[in-house]
Amino acid sequence: MSETAEELDAQETEKEFKELLTFFLAGEEYGVDILRVQEIKGWDSVTNIPNTPEYIRGVINIRGAIVPIIDMRLRFMLEKKEYDATTVVIILNVVSKGNADRVMGVVVDAVSDVYNVPINDVKASPDFGTAVDTEFVTGLATIDEKMIIVLDIDHMLNAAELAVVDKMTE
Amino acid sequence: MSIDLQQFHETFFEESFEGLDIMESGLLGLEQGDVDLENINTIFRSAHSIKGGSGTFGFSAVAEFTHDMETLLDQMRNGERQVSKSVVETLLGSVDVLRNMLNAIRDGSDIDIDSVAETTVAIKAILGLENTVSAVENSTEVTAKGWIVHFKPFTDIMKTGNDTVRLIRELNSLADKAEVTINNDSLPALSDIEPEDCYQSWVINLIGGDISEDDIHEVFSWVDDDCELQIEALANEADYIGPERRDDERRQKAPERRNTERRTTKSSESSSIRVNISKVDELINMVGELVITQSMLSRFGDQEDFTPATIERLKDGLAQLESHTRELQESVMRVRMMPISFAFQRFPRLVHDLSTTFEKKIELIVTGEGTELDKTVLEKIGDPLVHLVRNSLDHGIESPADRVQAGKSETGVIELSAFHQGGNIVIQIKDDGAGLNKDKILSKAKEKGLVSQDERMPDEQVYDLIFRPGFSTADVVSDVSGRGVGMDVVRRNIRELGGAVEVKSTPGEGSVFTIRLPLTLAILDGQLVGIGEETYILPVISIIESLQVKSENINAVAGSAEVYRLRDEYIPIVRLYQIFGIKPISTDLENGLLVVVEAEGKKIAIYVDDLLGQQQVVIKSLETNFKKIEGLSGATILGDGTVALIIDIAGLIDLYQKDMASSVVSIKGAAA
Repeated sequence: MSETAEELDAQETEKEFKELLTFFLAGEEYGVDILRVQEIKGWDSVTNIPNTPEYIRGVINIRGAIVPIIDMRLRFMLEKKEYDATTVVIILNVVSKGNADRVMGVVVDAVSDVYNVPINDVKASPDFGTAVDTEFVTGLATIDEKMIIVLDIDHMLNAAELAVVDKMTE
Repeated sequence: MSIDLQQFHETFFEESFEGLDIMESGLLGLEQGDVDLENINTIFRSAHSIKGGSGTFGFSAVAEFTHDMETLLDQMRNGERQVSKSVVETLLGSVDVLRNMLNAIRDGSDIDIDSVAETTVAIKAILGLENTVSAVENSTEVTAKGWIVHFKPFTDIMKTGNDTVRLIRELNSLADKAEVTINNDSLPALSDIEPEDCYQSWVINLIGGDISEDDIHEVFSWVDDDCELQIEALANEADYIGPERRDDERRQKAPERRNTERRTTKSSESSSIRVNISKVDELINMVGELVITQSMLSRFGDQEDFTPATIERLKDGLAQLESHTRELQESVMRVRMMPISFAFQRFPRLVHDLSTTFEKKIELIVTGEGTELDKTVLEKIGDPLVHLVRNSLDHGIESPADRVQAGKSETGVIELSAFHQGGNIVIQIKDDGAGLNKDKILSKAKEKGLVSQDERMPDEQVYDLIFRPGFSTADVVSDVSGRGVGMDVVRRNIRELGGAVEVKSTPGEGSVFTIRLPLTLAILDGQLVGIGEETYILPVISIIESLQVKSENINAVAGSAEVYRLRDEYIPIVRLYQIFGIKPISTDLENGLLVVVEAEGKKIAIYVDDLLGQQQVVIKSLETNFKKIEGLSGATILGDGTVALIIDIAGLIDLYQKDMASSVVSIKGAAA
C-alpha cells in the first residue's frame, strides 16, 4: 500500500533520472552509473602483476596513473573468451568508504548503449540466477522490453580487492 | 558579506603549532640558563600571536588560556619576575596543554578540560601567590582609582599602520580625566627626521572611570609588539589576592603530571608544505628556459624541408630540452625536500622530560640539522627516531651513580646526527652508555625461542636480534620503552621508507644506531631486467654485481635450494620466474644472468633472462588504485608508455624465504 503511495508521490514530484552506460557480458546486459565512467578504451596489452588471481589482468598506464585491469568474465567465473575487436576496457572511478577514490578498469565483451532511467524504475533484484552475484547488483531496470542489470561497482570492485587480500593472508 | 574564516583555519593551526615549537625550544633555552631578553620576547611573541589568532577565529578557550600564559611571560619580559625552574616547568606544561587543545579543536574532538583547568590554576597560582604586586595588576577583576600608562612606541610603529594619536584618544575615552605628557627627548634635529618614524613617547595619567588594566591592554593590543608599555596603578589601594589561590599541593601536581603524560605526537601528515622562495624562483627560471626551448623547437614544425643543418639544430634543441627537463625534475624534487631539523626539534624537549623521569643526566648533541630529505620520509621517520632516542636514554645511558663507578662523567651524551653519504641520508643515534649486553640479548632470545639453544652467532647478528618482533631486554617494563613492540616496528617503518637500520655496539662505550634512508621516494636509479616477456626494475643501489653463471659454482642444498659460490661466499639463487609465476625464456641458469643484490645485510642472486639497461625511473605507487603487492615496491612508466614493476629486494627475500619454508614443509609432508 504504502509502496504505491510512495511511487505516486515520486511520480508527482520530479522524476529523478539516472544515466546508465550498459555493456554486454556473456549475453547479458549490465549497466553502470555513467558518472562513474572515466573513459572507454580498446583492449591493449597490460603488465602482469605476480601472485594475483587470474581475473586481475594487470596494470596499465592511464596518463601517468597505474590502473589495475579486471576481467569481468574471469571475476565471475564465466567461460573465458578470446578478446576481439569489440572487447573494451571501461575505466571506472571507484568510491570506497574511508579511502580515497580509486580508478580501475574492467574488461567486458562490448559496450552497448546509454540509457536514461528513472531511478524509481530500478527494482530490487529478486534472487535469481544471473551470472553476477546478486550481492553486487543494485537492481534491475527494464528498457524497451530489455532487462538491464544495474551493478554496484563500488561494492563489486572493493570486494574484488578484498578477495585478493584474503588470498594473500592465507 | 561575511568572510568564511574556515579557509584560514588550517593556516592558523599550522602557524600555531610552529609557534608552540618556538615557545618550547625557547623555554628549554631558558631552563638551561639562557635568560636572554630576546629569547623571552620570542616566546612572548609566539604566545601573543596564538592568542590573537585564536581570538579572531573564536576559539575563546585557547585565547583565555593563552592570555594567562602571556601575562606570566609579560612579567618575565619586564623583569618583574625571576625566571625560575618551576615557572619554566609550568610554562612547558601549558605549551603541552595548548598543543592538545589546538589538536582537539582541529580534529573536532573534546578538549581535555581537566588538564586545562589544572594548568590554568597552576599559572594563576604563580601569578597570584608569588608576586602580589603583579597579581593586583593582572587580575581582570581589579580596578584602581587611576593608572599611569608609560607608552613608548618603537620608531617604526607608523609603518605597521598604527596611529598613536588614535590610541591616546581611545584611552581618553575610557577615563573620566586623562593627563597626557609628551616626551620629545629623542626627537632628532629637523634635518634628520624621517617623516614616517615616531620619536615621541607619552605618559598618560588616567583618572577615574573604573578602568581595569585589561581595558588598557585592550587598547594597546594591536601595538603590543611595537612599543614599550608600562602600566602602573595610580593609587595602589586594592588589597587584592588572586581568586584562584590554591594550596601548594595543587600547584605541585601540574608539572608532575606533565612528566608522566606522554605527549601525543600524532604523526599528522599535513597536506601543505612551506617552500623557500628561492626554490620556487629556481622552478620559475627552469620553466622559463623550457618555454624558450619549446618555442625554438616549434619552429621546426613549420619547416617545409629538412636540410642537414636544420636536423643538426633540431638535435641541439632536443638535447637542450632533455637537460632542461632533467633540471626541472630535480628542482621539483627539491621542493619536497625539507631540513631534518623538523624531525630533530622535538628531541631537546623529549630528552629533557625523560631525563627527569629516569633521573639521569643527559646532554643531547644535535648535528646536521640542515640535511634535507623528502617530506614524506621526514614525516614518517619521526616516530622511529623518538623510539630510538628513548631507547638510548632508557637502556643505553646508565644512571649517574653507575657512570661514576665505571669511570665516566656523570652526564651521559646522546648524539643525534644526520648527513649525506653516497645517495643516502644517514641518521645516527649514538650514546656513550653501557652498550648492548650480548649475553643478555642471547639468553633472552633463547628464552623466547628466537634462536635455538646451542646456536652461536657473530656479534652483529646477536645485536640484530633486538629488531626481531617480541624482543625486549628491559628488566622492568617502563612506560617509555621495554614493551617489546618497539624495535621491530622501528625496523619495519624504516624498511617501508626503503631504508635500513643497523646497530653497532661496544660494551662499556656505548652503541650507535645507524639509519640509512633514500634521498627521495619519488625517483630511483633502476636496472631494467627481462624475465620472459616481462620487464622488471631492480634498484641499482642494492645491486652488488651481475655475472654470468659458471655451472661449477652452482651447488644444490638439500635438493631444492640452490646456492652460488661467489668467491668465498655462498649466495642463494632466487629464480624470479618461479616466485612471480612468469614463463621465462630459459630455465637453464647458464643461459641467463645472475644479479647479486643485497638488502639488510642479506644477499641473494636473482636469476634473470637479460639485463636491459639502466635509467632513472619515477616511482608510482601501486596502492593508489590497487594495493600493496608483496615483493614489489611500486611501478613506473617506461619510455614507450608501458608499465614496469619495481622489485622490493627486502620483500623479495622474505618472499623467497617463505617459499623455501613451504617447500621444505611439503618435502617433509611427502616423506611422512
